[in-house]
Amino acid sequence: MAPRVQVRGLVNRFGAQLVHDGLDMTVEAKEIFGVVGGSGAGKSVLLRSILGLQRPLAGTVCLNGEDVTRMTAQEMRAVKADYGVTFQEGALFSALTVLQNVQLPMLEYLRLADSDLDELAMLKVRMVGLPADSARKYPAQLSGGMIKRAALARALALDPQLLFLDEPTAGLDPISAAAFDELLLYLHQHLDLTVVMITHDLDTIFRTCNRVGVIVDRRMVSDTLTGIMDNPHPWIQAYFHGVRARGHSARAGEPDGT
Amino acid sequence: MYLQSRRTAQGVELQLTGPWRITQLDALARELAGVELGGATHVRIDTTAVTALDLSASVKLRDFVTRATAAGASVEFSGPPPDQLRLIATATSEPPPEHPEVPGPHHIEEPVEALGRRVVGGWDDVLSGLAFVGRIAVTALGALRAPRRLRPISIARHVYETGITAIPIVTLIAFLISVIIAYMSAQQLARFGAELFVVDLVTIGVLRELGVLLTAIIVAGRSGSAFAAEIGSMQLNEEVDALRAIGVDPFEALVLPRIIGLIIALPLLAVIADAVGLLGGALLCRYLLDIPLPQYLIRMNESIASTTFWVGVIKAPVFGLLIGLAGTYRGMQVRGSSRELGRLTTVAVVQAIFVVLLADALFAMLFMQLDI
Repeated sequence: MAPRVQVRGLVNRFGAQLVHDGLDMTVEAKEIFGVVGGSGAGKSVLLRSILGLQRPLAGTVCLNGEDVTRMTAQEMRAVKADYGVTFQEGALFSALTVLQNVQLPMLEYLRLADSDLDELAMLKVRMVGLPADSARKYPAQLSGGMIKRAALARALALDPQLLFLDEPTAGLDPISAAAFDELLLYLHQHLDLTVVMITHDLDTIFRTCNRVGVIVDRRMVSDTLTGIMDNPHPWIQAYFHGVRARGHSARAGEPDGT
Repeated sequence: MYLQSRRTAQGVELQLTGPWRITQLDALARELAGVELGGATHVRIDTTAVTALDLSASVKLRDFVTRATAAGASVEFSGPPPDQLRLIATATSEPPPEHPEVPGPHHIEEPVEALGRRVVGGWDDVLSGLAFVGRIAVTALGALRAPRRLRPISIARHVYETGITAIPIVTLIAFLISVIIAYMSAQQLARFGAELFVVDLVTIGVLRELGVLLTAIIVAGRSGSAFAAEIGSMQLNEEVDALRAIGVDPFEALVLPRIIGLIIALPLLAVIADAVGLLGGALLCRYLLDIPLPQYLIRMNESIASTTFWVGVIKAPVFGLLIGLAGTYRGMQVRGSSRELGRLTTVAVVQAIFVVLLADALFAMLFMQLDI
């Protein structure tokens, strides 16, 4: 079976600034793959390239073995029904209630009876741990953590196999962030999801990710969690063994120098 | 075909096949509904041949299990029951919340209630509008004592954006309108042989009313909407709150410079509109009515009083104030969603034009009483 996501030789450039230069990335089915990189390293650009929101200068992006960079808009539409995305700030449609937000992809792709539409959307809302009365609320009435969950519910609307999350725990308090990690693991386990997650949250990486890809020097170095921590690249060392990572190094059974 | 059902001695055996995905939901529901339970005591569901079972399809499967159980059959799966069913059970374990009864749309009280809400809402709007004006007056008075707080650079930017960049469109429209007025009146006056009075009509019409009024309406459309949209999106983005938190009064930083800028820019635009309007009249008279330019100028001088020009231009700063107030007030009201932003921007423009026309009518009555 082809890898869920396979990026080969990706090149992106904005003006004189080369963002990616021959970046490779492979995500196998049922992995939770964390994408890490410094600010401005091109994590979001990578995501936009994979989602087909932006055409890369060179390289191929295959989802389930099909190259999305060469697809027509019509073919792309079918692919888009197979993945779910959450954006950094949630990107919920502010004029719609949470329930309507979840129903929007369903209405766009499927012909469902109203009762099915309500039941399925409600199920997604409840599944991500939102209280039932929040379904009728507008995004402006929700807290930051609830917005992230509602965005996840919308991403899961069409029961996709593949989920892209852009900084799902950014801006959450540690308890909400931990709860989100558990939710993700729970859904991953029950729904056979493949997850690609951009994150800066070391707790989330250590708790959820099977493999990690680090964008350094415009390319990606990917490995298992323990493998990547032993990578000699100075940036990776600083990232995983810096001051904020000490607790995790200790937990991973390494001397943390204190 | 997504399932095959077989009657056995104890009951029914179901063999599920193929992908059970949300995209086939209707077909799945139909086939499940078509399974005859007819007094079966055992239902056995075999899911081993299913290639994909997603959550939405599982809901349909759960509905079937519920139906079979209610009919008195015991349901078992060959192998462990699908994980998805447990997930659904957990997610729906709480009873759904009771929605407060929404009264139906045909109650007899409803129009009365709606009317009452509109009246009260309208009155609140008037009060908060007055509060807004008062707030600006206080800020302006405070700023007058310390002129640096007037933010001259910001005012200059708004004079440029609302005034200088509006010159082309104001010029064009003033020219066209005066040509239209001159042309229409020439046709009528020609029947009395009084073509020369076209000059009076154009001159007085443009200077007293049309120049400033058209300018105000154009600016209301351009800048009233821009003010509401700018401040409104800053509200959505929490930039206004950020200003407050830094200790900057948003009325001083955002509202006042815009209003003052417009009060300065609108009279200047009105003067330009007047000049271009008179020029348009002169051109039409010259080429259509054969009134030479010197004669036009003499006739123009005879037709106007010393106050005619000022009666028009004096209205411009007032219109500028009203447009600025409407735009910034609605902008500051934006809360929550992008739909609000669009609604209030529309309201800002409509109300700006309305108050400009209302003020123009009041000015007309005032000038009539003063006999100018």
